[in-house]
Amino acid sequence: MNKSQRRGRTPSLDHVAGNGLINRRALLGRGIAVAGAMTTGAAGTMTGAAAEPLKDEKWSLEFGSITPAVQTASPYEKHAVRSLSNPNGEFRNSHARTPHHLLGGTITPNGLHFSINHCGVPNIDPAQHKLVIHGMVRQPLEFTLEALSRYPLVTRMAFVECAGNSAPMFSREPLQVTAQDIHGLVSCSEWAGVRLSTLLDEAGIDPKAKWLVAEGADAQMLDRSVPVKKAYDDAFIAIYQNGERLMPGNGYPMRLLLPGYQGNMNVKFLRRLKAVDQPAMTFFETKNYSQILPGGKTWRFHFLMEVKSFITQPSFGHHLKEPGFYTISGVAYSGTGRIAKVMVSADGGKSWGEAALQGPIHPQAFTRFQMPWRWDGQPAVLQSRAWDEAGNAQPLRAEFVAQRGEAKQPVTTPLAFPNQHYNSITSWGIDSKGEIKHVYA
Amino acid sequence: MSTPKTLFAVALVLSFGGLAFAQSQSPNLGKPITESDVKTWDIAILPDGTNLPAGSGSSAQGAKVYAERCMVCHAEGGKGGIMPGAGPLVGGAPLTNGIDTAKTIANYYAYATTVFDYIRRAMPYNAPRSLADDDVYALTAYILSLNKLIGENDVMDAKTLPQVKMPNRDNFILPYPDRI
Repeated sequence: MNKSQRRGRTPSLDHVAGNGLINRRALLGRGIAVAGAMTTGAAGTMTGAAAEPLKDEKWSLEFGSITPAVQTASPYEKHAVRSLSNPNGEFRNSHARTPHHLLGGTITPNGLHFSINHCGVPNIDPAQHKLVIHGMVRQPLEFTLEALSRYPLVTRMAFVECAGNSAPMFSREPLQVTAQDIHGLVSCSEWAGVRLSTLLDEAGIDPKAKWLVAEGADAQMLDRSVPVKKAYDDAFIAIYQNGERLMPGNGYPMRLLLPGYQGNMNVKFLRRLKAVDQPAMTFFETKNYSQILPGGKTWRFHFLMEVKSFITQPSFGHHLKEPGFYTISGVAYSGTGRIAKVMVSADGGKSWGEAALQGPIHPQAFTRFQMPWRWDGQPAVLQSRAWDEAGNAQPLRAEFVAQRGEAKQPVTTPLAFPNQHYNSITSWGIDSKGEIKHVYA
Repeated sequence: MSTPKTLFAVALVLSFGGLAFAQSQSPNLGKPITESDVKTWDIAILPDGTNLPAGSGSSAQGAKVYAERCMVCHAEGGKGGIMPGAGPLVGGAPLTNGIDTAKTIANYYAYATTVFDYIRRAMPYNAPRSLADDDVYALTAYILSLNKLIGENDVMDAKTLPQVKMPNRDNFILPYPDRI
């Protein structure tokens, strides 16, 4: 029995699951203070420390730098950058992944939003860019950015996730890389833009039109077929990202935003929407963004990114420096709607405790979950599992790969995309030294 | 004077939080244009052949264009392997190995129109939209012929291309038809 237990904690602060998971209510109000006291008591971090008298540091004693027009991260945060698939600038596609293991909260900073470009980032003059709506409409229309900026805007949180995000987890061996390299092709922003339904109504879309071919102004005019149903449900043309104009790699000056649908459909640099009566079977919906199943049949028009979560702290690349109190933290999201519940395990799924969700909980957006944990210095396996408001559960890995497939050869690079729409559980294995590995459990 | 009908209309507008406008109240800031204004941009080909342009090309003509414009990345005979991303254009294993099988034109694509559309909009990688429509038809014929999906002497045009039967066409499942 440790010191804190001898102190007779209230029942609400008891461990809720194996290997040291503490009731999430410990994160609230008085509870956190008690939990803090536990750390002190249990780990004894303060007791042996010879306290040094505080002194003024040099930055407190000299004039700082002049306030710049655009501020960038502290020089001490230079490591918090996107990881690149094409660091040497070769003549091919290029990806940049969000460093989830170094971020908190639910908003991805604009400079760190993931970006995939199949033929470079176009340098678009917003004054010359045009968006055309035509095809099966009463009146084809052409919009400028200036015109769209005069419309009432819908502002909402939304994650955008590449359908190939987390694809290294189709490997039969866990790839030893960070949450950034595994899950870095999802990000979450507050987007503002014009409801697509408003523009389609103005053009007078034919009721027989079931699809929109959405096309970008990049050098391959990347296009995808989007159901008119989704267009009228919640689609919009985003022109602001976290309060500023879109980042070039995220679609400047305007992109399609289809909350919860695979990233590739959220066509960037949007220049054209053609209303048609059948899907165009474009290159990307034909090849990359359809899924071969075991046996050879293929899913087409899957679209929706399903409920998912992963732990960002602690995770691969971190090191637990001592036993004691930690907050397990991560993000959960679902293309279906809001996150309803996240369960966390510290013993590889043998027992689970319910994590605290930080509100407000937005549909199709990151929800930050937290779980108080007291690490006893023994091996542990951390996992998270999310449920959305429709009752969908994040699948266990064994059942997921049985349905969707598993690569026969181990995947050796995060740049491999054996399949799409991976949404199963991520496990971080911690050894007695506090080192963290990616494991399957 | 408020009739029940206008009250209903007002209620409807209010219920959409002021973001849904009746047509007359919508901002209407789009510039009316005609389909002929969009002609240069209007390149998306539908699988039934809708919007295929005039022109035609044979495999023999395509082989010449291929040697000049494509081979530098896609290698001789469409074998691929020179530039990363410029994968093979010929062959393909049966899909029975599931996700371990590389998706190719021959083993995977459901419609030959996709080949034409993608070449025309995105190739060559360093000079998209620089091929004449006849050249795109010829390259499409060349690639389909290399894969024995059409005969050596078959000519591809707006009539023949949509009729090419791709072997994997019937292997696709719609898991979520309610999303369409």
